[in-house]
This record gives sequence, structure tokens and C-alpha cells, in this order.
Amino acid sequence: MNRAPGVPALELRGIDKRFGAVHANRGVDFSVAAGSVHGLIGENGAGKSTLMNIVYGFHRADAGEMLIHGRRVDIHAPHAAIAAGIGMVHQHFMLVENFTVLENVILGVERGARLAASLAHAREELKKLAHDYGLEVPLDAMVSELPVGVQQRVEILKALYRGAEILILDEPTAVLTPQEAAQLFQLLGRLREQGKAVIFVTHKLREIMAVTDRVTVMRQGAVVAEVATAETSVRELAEKMVGRAVLLQVEKGPAQPGAARLAVQDLEVRDRRGVARVKGVSFEVRAGEIVGIAGVAGNGQSELLEALAGIVASSRGEIRLNGCDLVREELDARARRGLGLAHVPEDRLRMGVVAAFSAQANAILGYHDRPAYNRGLLLDRTAILAGCEKKMAGYDVRPPDPELRLASFSGGNQQKLVLAREIDADPSVLLVGQPTRGVDIGAIEFIHRQLVALRDAGKAVLLVSVELEEILGLADRILVMNCGEIVGEVASADATEEKLGLMMAGVRGEGHA
Amino acid sequence: MSATAKLPRWAELGLLPLVNLLAALVLSGVIVKILGESPWAALKLMSAGAFGSQEAVGYTLYYTTNFIFTGLAVAVAYHAGLFNIGAEGQAYIGGLGTGLVCLWLGAWPFWAVFPLAVLAGALGGAAWAFIPAWLQARRGSHIVITTIMFNFLASALMTYLLVNVLIRPGQQSPESREFSAHAVMPAAHELLAKVGVTFTATPLNLAFLLALLAAAFVSVFIWRTRWGYALRVAGQSPDAAVYAGILPPRIIIGAMLLSGALAGCLGLNELMGSQHRILIDFPGGAGFVGIAVALMGRNRPLGVILAAVLFGALAQGGSQLSFDMPKVNRDMVVVIQGLVILFCGALENVFRAPLARVVAMFGNRGGEE
Amino acid sequence: METYTLIVLTLAATLRVATPLLLAALAGMFSERSGVIDLGLEGKMLGAAFAAAAVSAVTGSAWLGLAAGVATALTLALLLGYACITHRGNQVVAAMAVNIMVAGLGPTLALAWFGLGGQTPQLDGAGQRFRELVWPWAQQARDVALPGLLYAELLSGHSLIVYFAAGLVPASAWVLYRTRFGLRLRAVGENPLAVDTAGISVNGLRYQAVLISGLLCGVAGTYLSTAASAGFVRDMTAGKGYLALAALIFGKWKPWPTLGACLLFAFTDALATRLQGVALPLVGVIPVQFILALPYALTVLLLAGFVGKAVAPRAIGTPYAKEK
Repeated sequence: MNRAPGVPALELRGIDKRFGAVHANRGVDFSVAAGSVHGLIGENGAGKSTLMNIVYGFHRADAGEMLIHGRRVDIHAPHAAIAAGIGMVHQHFMLVENFTVLENVILGVERGARLAASLAHAREELKKLAHDYGLEVPLDAMVSELPVGVQQRVEILKALYRGAEILILDEPTAVLTPQEAAQLFQLLGRLREQGKAVIFVTHKLREIMAVTDRVTVMRQGAVVAEVATAETSVRELAEKMVGRAVLLQVEKGPAQPGAARLAVQDLEVRDRRGVARVKGVSFEVRAGEIVGIAGVAGNGQSELLEALAGIVASSRGEIRLNGCDLVREELDARARRGLGLAHVPEDRLRMGVVAAFSAQANAILGYHDRPAYNRGLLLDRTAILAGCEKKMAGYDVRPPDPELRLASFSGGNQQKLVLAREIDADPSVLLVGQPTRGVDIGAIEFIHRQLVALRDAGKAVLLVSVELEEILGLADRILVMNCGEIVGEVASADATEEKLGLMMAGVRGEGHA
Repeated sequence: MSATAKLPRWAELGLLPLVNLLAALVLSGVIVKILGESPWAALKLMSAGAFGSQEAVGYTLYYTTNFIFTGLAVAVAYHAGLFNIGAEGQAYIGGLGTGLVCLWLGAWPFWAVFPLAVLAGALGGAAWAFIPAWLQARRGSHIVITTIMFNFLASALMTYLLVNVLIRPGQQSPESREFSAHAVMPAAHELLAKVGVTFTATPLNLAFLLALLAAAFVSVFIWRTRWGYALRVAGQSPDAAVYAGILPPRIIIGAMLLSGALAGCLGLNELMGSQHRILIDFPGGAGFVGIAVALMGRNRPLGVILAAVLFGALAQGGSQLSFDMPKVNRDMVVVIQGLVILFCGALENVFRAPLARVVAMFGNRGGEE
Repeated sequence: METYTLIVLTLAATLRVATPLLLAALAGMFSERSGVIDLGLEGKMLGAAFAAAAVSAVTGSAWLGLAAGVATALTLALLLGYACITHRGNQVVAAMAVNIMVAGLGPTLALAWFGLGGQTPQLDGAGQRFRELVWPWAQQARDVALPGLLYAELLSGHSLIVYFAAGLVPASAWVLYRTRFGLRLRAVGENPLAVDTAGISVNGLRYQAVLISGLLCGVAGTYLSTAASAGFVRDMTAGKGYLALAALIFGKWKPWPTLGACLLFAFTDALATRLQGVALPLVGVIPVQFILALPYALTVLLLAGFVGKAVAPRAIGTPYAKEK
């Protein structure tokens, strides 16, 4: 490919995109130089993924233009993007699990109708690539049998095999262990040396500082800053990202912890394949305190939360709720709720609500068999309606229409309704996962205030979040999880983002990269 | 972005099915035209055949009864997120239960036989639905495939029983002996005569009222009870169900038992109400028509009743049509059934988006968004 | 000698019964491997059976009948594709609709066109049917030796479509595992998103797969009405489409095991015919219905994971829509 010096490998001008009412990209200008790693950061919902999906031809922009090495291109579908030298490693890998690595690599770029020649050619090519980039992968292994980090390398190989000059990595570290992430960062360095333009999409500031040359910050669909990484700091980036001073200072007094409400002892949780995801975890949550669990997504927090709630079974250890051993008593989610264990799940739309139901039907989810909502054999419609109206008023859910389908509410209002439902049940322990994921700024503050108020009312709150600042702002004590283990505990007064970041990486006292 | 455009509730439940039905009927008319007959004349003949006389109405409602039972069966399973293609087999085995009670307890008075016959029908249907349900719930076997297989297994079992066991001695055709007079559903004209109304003798019988009762029961159960709520949650989102402490396997089994029981009641109308014996293939495809009825009726009991009347009218009007139009036979009804399933089920999205635009043009003032 | 003849004749009958099953099962394999459930095998076959017999009866040419049968099945396949791929309709519902519609349409058209009460005229003209091909010296071989009988009955004496079906198995295996199309087909049934991001049209692939299914169902239906019998009669597929689907599942969506399943199912059918009313040593008379029900029972057991485990293509049954 012939390149004029100084001309960016990829340039976007005025990209605009709407999904219905959501203005996902607002006149975005963006450019990346060849031979550089360019960070793209922003909170969830800032429009990063939409922008990258437009570059990859997965979505079409409503307005704007795209230039590659200074030439205007029309990327209307992924194959056009591939032809233009764009490769993308999606957050969820686009691999066929029961295919071999080799088969995955040639899919879509086969040479001729018969496979044998394509496979042979790819094998040679991949050997070269493996040598150039230090990307060793077993070519004949089934993808499903490979660790996640290796699967990611397969994705990168796929892009390189297709001749990608511009490589987009969407949240590549979300699923990686720290060691795997370190390897990835080395690889990014080699890609830069080979003159590739790498776009590194993430919402983790430390990674941006560690590997990028320049960084673009997005907020609410628009680019708010573009700077050289060397000339900025974590704090500055973070402020730009959220558009206000970081470390949201949630108004709260000191915690006054009482008796232990939730006591977890040596808890182990295995996934369907029998792999331990939570490895012998022990901790307590006392009345009147918020305990935060920090960690990179995928380090066992989700499994821990679901095991506590009774959604997945634990394989070892005990969970005591006010002294009652939930595991030994074999209490399911329903019984645990009955004992005062409420749960705001991490993935609201998948688990916490039924999108097709009305608000009032959602307001009784999990509590539908309570006497309060039933009259004899029938559901008490008056009580259900009144209960929903009360919750909507108390938690400022808008619009306050109990008949409205839940899917028609904004993320923040959905979450407020879920929170209202769980807190209104007057639990002694509340489990909260990612309380502000996909929630607008206004609702975030409201939700945070509710959690603090619950704490002050003497309830025990266990908060799981991948948003460090949320943990720092809310929790009274912070536990850090890494690879299924609790690697440390910090009182919130002593916690800093840097300190927690190191612990989340699983290494005490030394950083990586 | 999404293909499922939103319609206001009244349009989703009323207008869209009507538009889909209209499309199916127009295409049916085209086929009649191709056959060389006038679609208008056919429509007139069919309406007259279905509603033109007491006899016509009686027969129409008699067919309707079958379709209400099977339509409800499909609808209940649908709300639990399950596609029950096995209503045919469940009706077959349920009918066996009803038939056996009628054969064995024929000497008992009607008031004793009647509840047992209902119970046996429901149990038979539920039992035949149980195995696919259990396999889906516990072993993850695709219920669509297993219920299809169970239709064939029911058919094989019943053929065996009728040919080798239940056959009336000295009889060639595989059917049981006739039920005794105690074990027969009171006919509508007899019941009406008791209150002084004269009605032509038709196969319409007490089972029709049972079907209406069943619809009312399903309506209350699905929308007004905590069990129905749990069933709908599990049908919409198994993950949300688990979160809420609802156990999807239990819902799968419970919903299929209810579904099978409803289908199993078909024998009350067909055998106990009309044929008065067990015979080969008495469900006659009503289990499959149930799919059309449920789709057309949007899985709402009232909708199921209305759709069942429509299909009852088609069945009755269709046989009238085949008498009067030499080039059209009863199979035309089956074609129309297929077209209704096609347009109300598989192609429902085709008209949704245009309809949403039209509705939006006239101002969006529906109940729900 | 007598037993030997019986066995050979039963095996020959097995091949004849297996042919439409195999064609339909392989048809279903292409469709299902692409992620589209193929419950419509029954309807496509039945439609083809009617069209083939009707056209053959009118034109006197079995080959024109075949063309009509294939065209009909392709049309139905396109209809299913339009409903399920383009409009993302429910695949099971669409297939049931087609099955039911065709079950009515065949007899309806037959009555209107031929006035024979729902069937087509008897095909007894010279070129109206696909006749058995008799191999050289088959007649002589029969009388010569035991292997001769095998040659005469098992290898020789089938219609062209039987040999076509037999050849289709290695051909399908080759296409599925050794070609670009096969690779993409297998991929789209497992992870359509991966195929889309690889720059290949998901819907395009699925349409191709569905059309191949239509083509093969067309041949299967034609076989039923112009080779296995002499004309179309009401409901002449009699559940063979569903049985083929069962065989496909039993064969774990792979060509060679599917052939095995078709032969097994066809053998039970041939056996049931042979054993009608015959008392066997030890067990006595086995009711024919039990033997006929065996394939369905076996499939249920397989689906339940009691005999092996059938893992369906992962994306089967889910219409493909790009995430927002």
C-alpha cells in the first residue's frame, strides 16, 4: 500500500449516527496514523462501539465520510472494510467454536471453491505471521478448546491474514488475565513497529496510559478531546471521560457497622465446564456498611454474586444469612429472598426485568407469590397497581405509568424500578451488581444516594462493580477479586485508584507493563 | 433498527390478525379462481354452509369445540415459551382415556361417568405431553421434535390398540364397540329441548360449554394467578425466571401438562359427544389446526374462541362447498388453514411495518405504547 | 436358500424405502446446517410428488415431471426462505404452514384438473415413470449363484433416482467438508455473526442452503409419485418428511451417519412388511405398529441423550438479526 507521509491511515469526518431516539455518534472526527497505537476511551454508552462498527461496515453512518490513506472510501458492509484493509477484533470473538484455528482464519477469504488449497496456503502464511509477530497458535486445534487469550490471538491473526493495515481492538482486555493482557500489549508494540495503525478501544485508563501513543476521548456520542498520551494523565483523561471531577463524592457519613448479616466462608463456584470461577472466598458484610467488590470483569465477581443470590449452585463452602446456612439448607433464590436477601442483578435486561411486560408486572418480579400481592388464588391487581405507583413515585421513575411496557423506559428508569422493587421488600442484605451500567448521569447519583440511605438504615449492602470510581465513592470497605480469589481488602479511606488497580491486576507491590 | 415495529395494543391484537387473515383469504380466493370457480360464490356458499341454518350453526360449533381445546393447548404452551406440535397426539391419547372410561363404566349413571371421562381425557393428554416436557426440562431435548415424534408414537399405539385390542369382535374396521347410553355427552338439541327451545339435531353437545369453561379457566390462570405469572415470566425470559426464584424446568413440565390436558379433552366432544366409540384417527388434524387457531387468536383465550369459530366455520362451510361446487373438495379447507398459519404466523412481520406506519399516520392513541 | 432370498429381497426393499428418506434427510442437512430448521421437508416432498405426477400424466414424460417436481419444491423453499430468512418469521410455524397448505393443495388441484377425487391419473405410459434399470446379465446372474442374486436384486433393478441418492452421500460429504461453500455453510449454522463479520452474507448463504433443500426434496417427491408408485395419492408422503428429519438428527447432521440412519429406518419398514403376521421363534408375532414406531422411539431416545448425543448446529432456529 502506498502511503504519503503525514496522511492518516484512517480518518473519519463528521460521522453521525442515530438509533431511533438515541444519538449514538454526533459529528465525530477521528484520525489514526500508521505505525501508532491510538486509544479510544469513553464510558459505556459513549458511542465508541458504534463508531467502530461504522468503520467496520457493520452499521452505516447517517452522515459523514471516511478516508483511508487519504482516499475516500464507502464501507457499506464488513467485506468492504476487509477489502479496504480494516480488521476488527470484537469484544465477543467472532469465531466458530467447533472449527479449527485454520478453518476460522480462512473463513470468508478462501482461495477458490476447494478448501485444500486454501488451507495449505493459510498454513504457510500463518507460519510467517507467527514468526513476524510472535503469534504462536496451534493451527489445528479446535477453537473451543483454546484459552480466551489464545482465541484473541486467533482473531488478530485472522485480521492480519486478511491484510489488515488498520486493526481495531474493542475492549480487548475485558476477558483477559493480567498476564494475557501483558502479552497483548507486547503484541501491540510489534504491530506498531510493523507500521500498522492500531485502534485500542477501552474504558480503562491505565491501559491507555500503558500502550497508546495518542488518545481520543468520547463522551455522549461526541469527541471531547484528542491528545498525545505522553502529555496527559489518568486524572485528566478521567475528567474528560465523565465530564466532571472524578471520584463522585457521594454524600455520606462514616459507616456504623453492626452485626454480620452475610457471612461467606470458603465459597467455591464452578461453571458448567467444571472450571472453578470462585475459588474459596471468605468475607463478611455487616449491617450498616457497603462492601464493594472491585475487579476486572470476568474475575469471578458475577459468579460470586449469582451464587449468593441462589441463581447458580456453589460447589463448596457456606453462605450464612443472619446465621442461617443457605447452602446447607439448600435454599433457592425464592427462599433466600424470603429470608431478606434482595438482589439487583448485574445484567438488568437479561435477568432483572422482563422487557415485554408492563412496569407493574415487573414491579412484582420475584415477589409475585407474596401474600401482599395475592388474594386467595388470584393476584391482587389493585395491590399490584398501588404498589407500582408507590414505587414509581418514591424512586422518581419516569414516566410514572404502570401500564407502560418496561422496554419503553430508559435504562436509568428501568434500574430505578428494579432498585425500588428490591429495596421496598425491606431486605436485611442487598446484593447489587453494576448498579449504574447503562444508566444516565442523573439517575446514577439518585441510585448512589439510595444505596447510601439503605446503608444508613442499617442494612448490609454488597456492591459489585467494574467501575472503580463507583466502588471508591460508595464502599466503606473494598475487596479486590482476581482470578476468582479475593486478593486483598482496603478500607475506603486508604484506597486509591492506583492501589486498587495494582491489586486488580493480581500483583501486590508491582505493576505490569 | 429492529424488524418488529411496535403497534398499539388494539392494532396488535385486532387489526394485524384481521389484515393477515384477509391476506390468507384473498389468496384462497385466487386459488378458487384458478380452480375455475367464483370466489364470491364460494364465500357465499361457505358462509351459508357454516351459519345459514340451525344445522349449519350446530355443526360449526361442534367443530369449533375441538379447535378451542387444541387452540388453548397450543396457546398455554406458547406462553411458557414452548411450541407444542404434539396436540394431535395428546388429543389422541386423551381420547383413549375418555373412551376407556366410557367403555368400562358404561353401566354407571352419567353423573358418575362424566367427571371421570373428563379426568381421564385430561390425564391421558397430560401423560402424553409429560414425556416430551420432561425430556425438554431435564435433558434439553428439543420439544418441537419430540412432540412430533410423539404424534407418530401415539398413532402407532392407537392403531395397535384398535386393531388388536379394542376392536369390536366380528368387526372389520378398527373401532371399538359403541358406548352405552349413559356414557354419552348430552346433545345440544336435547339440552335446549329441556328449556323449551327447539333446535335441529346436530353433533353439538355439552362439550362446547366445557370448552368455553376451559377458555375462561385458561384466561384467569394465565393472567390472574401467580402461577400464570410465573409461567409467562419463564416463557419470556428463562434467566429472569431463575432470578425471580421461578424454576423453568418446573414451568416447562407444568405448562405442558396443562397443555396436554386441554388437548386431551378433545375426545369429550369427538368421541363422547359425537362418535360414541373410539375410532382410528379421530382427532383428524385438529391438533394442527390448534396451531393456526392459537396464532390467529394471538394466544389469548378470547382470540382462540373467535379463531376456533372461524376454523369451525371453515370446516363446516368447506364440506358444504364440496357438495355444491364439483371442482372444490374439502381439502380446500386445509389449504386455507395452511394459508392462515402462514400469514398469521410465519409472515406476520410482513404487514407489521406498513401497518405501523398507517396507524402512526392516524395518530398514535393506543392503550400501550 | 429360501432365507437367503428373503434377506436379499428385504434389503432390496430397504434401499427403495430408504431413497426418498435419504434425499429428504440430506436436503434437511443442508438447510439445518445453515441454521434453518427444516420441518418443511414433508410439504416440499408432497408438493413435488403431486407436481411430478401431474406433469408426467399430462405430458407423458417423467423427466418433465421431475422438472415440475423440483420447480415446485424450489418455489416452496423460496416461500419458506422469504418467511424465515427475509422476514425472520418463526421457522417451525412457517414449515407447518407449508406442510398443511400443500397437504390440502395437492388433492384440491388434482380434483380440479383430473376429476379423480384427489389423485392424479395412473402413470402407465412408456416414459411416464422412472423405471427400474436392469443391469447387464442381471436376469442370468439371478439363476447362477448366490452372489448373482445379490447383483440382480441389490445392485441392479432400481430406478435412476436410487443411484442418484446413493451418489449424493459422498457428494454431500465432499461439499460439506472439502469446499468453500461447505465451510461457510457449517459456519453460518454455528455462528452467523462470525460469518457476517467475515464479510459473507448470512442471508445469501441461508437462501442457497434452503434452495438446495428444495431441490433435493423435489427429487425425493418425484421419486415417490413417479418411481416408487404410479401417480400421486392424497398424503402420499405419510410422515416421511418427519421421518427423514428424525434420520438426520439420528445421523447427527452428518452425511454418512445420516445414510446409516436412513437405512436403519428403512430396514425397520421393510422388516415390518415382511413380519406382518409372521410368528417368530421365542417372541411370537411382533405387532407391525411397534416395528414401524421404532424409528420415532429411537430418535426420542437419542434426543434424550440415552443413546449417544445429538448436538444440533448451534444457531439453528434463530433468525439472524444484526445486534443494534
